[in-house]
Amino acid sequence: MSDIISVTVKVWRQDGPDSSGGFETHPQQISTDASFLEMLDLLNEQLNDRGEEPIVFESDCREGICGTCGVMINGRAHGPQKATATCQLHMREFADGDEIVIEPFRAAGFPVIRDLAVDRSPLDHIIESGGYISVGSGAAPDANLTPVPRDAAEQAFDAAACIGCGACVAACPNSAAQLFTSAKVGHMALLPQGQPERWSRTESMVEVMESYFGSCTNHGECHEACPKEISLDFIAYLNRDYVKAKVKNRALSGQR
Amino acid sequence: MEPGAAPQPNSTVLDSKVPDGPIADLWENHKFSMNLVNPSNKRKFEVIVVGTGLAGASAAATLGELGYRVKAFTFHDSPRRAHSIAAQGGINAAKNYPNDGDSVHRLFYDTVKGGDYRSREANVHRLAEVSVNIIDQATAQGVPFARDYGGLLDNRSFGGAQVSRTFYARGQTGQQLLLGAYSALMRQVAAGTVELHNRSELLDVVLKDGRACGIVTRDLVSGEVTPHSAHAVVLATGGYGNVYFLSTNAMMCNVTAAWRAHRRGALFANPCYTQIHPTCIPASDDFQSKLTLMSESLRNDGRIWVPSGAGDARSAADIPEAERDYYLERKYPAFGNLVPRDVASRNAKTVVDAGHGVGPLNNGVFLDFAVAIERDGHDAIAARYGNLFDMYQRITGENPYTSPMRIYPASHYTMGGLWVDYHLMTNVPGLYAVGEANFSDHGANRLGASALMQGLADGYFVLPYTIGDDLAGLLGDPVVPTNDPVFTAAVAGVEDETSRWLSTNGSRSVDHFHRELGRIVWDNIGMARTETGLRSALSDIPALRDEFHNDVRVLGSADTLNQSLEKAGRVADFFDLAELMARDALEREESCGGHFREEHQTAEGEAQRDDDNFSHVAAWEWNGSDTPQTRHIEELTFDNVALSQRSYK
Repeated sequence: MSDIISVTVKVWRQDGPDSSGGFETHPQQISTDASFLEMLDLLNEQLNDRGEEPIVFESDCREGICGTCGVMINGRAHGPQKATATCQLHMREFADGDEIVIEPFRAAGFPVIRDLAVDRSPLDHIIESGGYISVGSGAAPDANLTPVPRDAAEQAFDAAACIGCGACVAACPNSAAQLFTSAKVGHMALLPQGQPERWSRTESMVEVMESYFGSCTNHGECHEACPKEISLDFIAYLNRDYVKAKVKNRALSGQR
Repeated sequence: MEPGAAPQPNSTVLDSKVPDGPIADLWENHKFSMNLVNPSNKRKFEVIVVGTGLAGASAAATLGELGYRVKAFTFHDSPRRAHSIAAQGGINAAKNYPNDGDSVHRLFYDTVKGGDYRSREANVHRLAEVSVNIIDQATAQGVPFARDYGGLLDNRSFGGAQVSRTFYARGQTGQQLLLGAYSALMRQVAAGTVELHNRSELLDVVLKDGRACGIVTRDLVSGEVTPHSAHAVVLATGGYGNVYFLSTNAMMCNVTAAWRAHRRGALFANPCYTQIHPTCIPASDDFQSKLTLMSESLRNDGRIWVPSGAGDARSAADIPEAERDYYLERKYPAFGNLVPRDVASRNAKTVVDAGHGVGPLNNGVFLDFAVAIERDGHDAIAARYGNLFDMYQRITGENPYTSPMRIYPASHYTMGGLWVDYHLMTNVPGLYAVGEANFSDHGANRLGASALMQGLADGYFVLPYTIGDDLAGLLGDPVVPTNDPVFTAAVAGVEDETSRWLSTNGSRSVDHFHRELGRIVWDNIGMARTETGLRSALSDIPALRDEFHNDVRVLGSADTLNQSLEKAGRVADFFDLAELMARDALEREESCGGHFREEHQTAEGEAQRDDDNFSHVAAWEWNGSDTPQTRHIEELTFDNVALSQRSYK
């Protein structure tokens, strides 16, 4: 049942990548049926009415699938609810009188664009470096020509469920992107279709990843923050494949 | 006439350029008769693709693979964010893997019938033909479709079909297909054939001597307005469902690219054909920002019902079986809960309007899984729909395993869009529209799991062939330089518009006006339309539009990330579109598919078509801001599917 609660919103404002930012404080009365972003919509409406520029925050599908949204809420990427992107968080997760601190995702690889919006384009660069199977349109054989064991397909899906929001990076004390990268590497390495490029893909994606992000020290914060609960096992899988790749990529092609 | 505007067609009957011949061989024969660009000449052509959803990403990737020089634009921070990603249920293909009688002809037939006989037969047949290639392509890209224990692909049934032809990837089929197309696109970016422009919004389409020669974009971060030239421009910019404000579309979905093309001469077809999806979570409050879809696949196992007695406020568990009305099963015994979307939606409206609505605001109907859970077990249902059930619980705070879901129809998809010929080219030479942005394949109603099919068919397997036929004739022609007066005028126009929003200095936000517009459109051009309602919309929309242009408050500046500024232009285009939707709906004096005019219904309350007078596409021509659009038509002929009153009983 819906209730109205009073919360204090402390939100990060920053004009641009090179400006210094600071917190603004706004008291809010809000229904517990509202989503977290609808609370920010209402706050923006009030700011606009007062002649103050609305807070820049990104969101699109508001169904937890596009990966556009994402802020730090009380120090946690996507906030307090497990397996939930910011857009699916509802105010019923908060209590009357709560202070809610909202900051952009924090990572050197994700420079702030404005207020709560950050630049996550390094994630695209990682995909560009090998996160695909090279099959031109029209070149594919019949889909049932290659049976894929159901468990392999299911595990590949568990990895492919990644929405590319970057919460893993924001939650990591090292700003590492291992969970994101391992999800894509794992997705493709688990499928027969992904085998021909497996070793070159793994090596080049890791190298591009390391040019933008920190190193993984197995804290596991990424998994806790992940709205799709991508398993840490994929990081282990990535590490194993990376070591293998280093050998296999040096071997004669016939010996792979 | 604005600089560079297209010559207006003199005829009022449009030529779809569908070749002659038996329909089953049409596309195959046509592929042979089209001109080709030889492999080493393809690099001499530049193609702009706007939008990176299923249609845009697949088109850009495929054109890049072929060797064209492609510039792809998205207003998102990454191509992977496009709203195709949110499609849940599946993708149709005439593979007939389940051996249950499916065929290309049956998929063609079901799609034409499902569209209530308002689509172009030749396009639909081609769509059904290439549907099988899409599944092959996606599987080869690593799309993890559902599989059975033998490792082969699994299928399920979907609304409007009596065979199982829907391929799916849990409840995230759109996501997985888009990631496939996105990965193909990023592969071409790495190969250097595609130049990717993120966070760039199209604000004008540029024509020279009647031919599309480029676009003008605004960089959403720096505010820079830039002209881009090419030999052809492809719009893959999605649908206009957000004209209702509340819809299942993503927050940023808009009509602006298609509308700016329309203002430059491209005809806008069948704007009144909008699809209201039957299974969405009902609105809970005034501040609601969007509605969430619950996949139609839920209707495979969920039973839809309302209390038999009006005003029954008991909770579902307290209503005995005898006092429940499973109205779809009662009225449509053959299809039951799997009737097409328009039929399911209208029936929900009928029972809610009659006072049988459930939930705190009495604005929903039940979708009940009790029987399925008892029959198949909790775990089987969780495996099929677990993520949807979780999503429902997160949003409503209610557990669908123990009490039925509440659902109600919401705006979801738009069948109308830019008019295109058999080559997917608009009436403006060199300007193409693919995916939801065009009008072509779904007639007056789209079947479930057909949007993903159409977007990918257009992008992977249709446009890459047809665009070559047109480009072949341009061999040796340079692109129009971006310092040409047609470009400088367009850039100045965009900059003027931007500064106009910032200097209006009114009192209300863009969202305020969008929400008010949405109410008018939903009430009058929604699930059921009447002449009175449409006429009132035609006076209310321009009045509110005037207020919007005089009283909107857009703060900040043009040279930063400014979301209010972005929205202002989009909402302005929604106002113009809404007015055209009302006119189109008013002039179409019949009911068909998603367009239901209350004056035109059968004795049983079903849509009553008027094939003698309205078996045509209405395509509207822009005549400037102050003059109403001209209605052109394309006659639809049905040589392969007999027209009948749709019946799902």
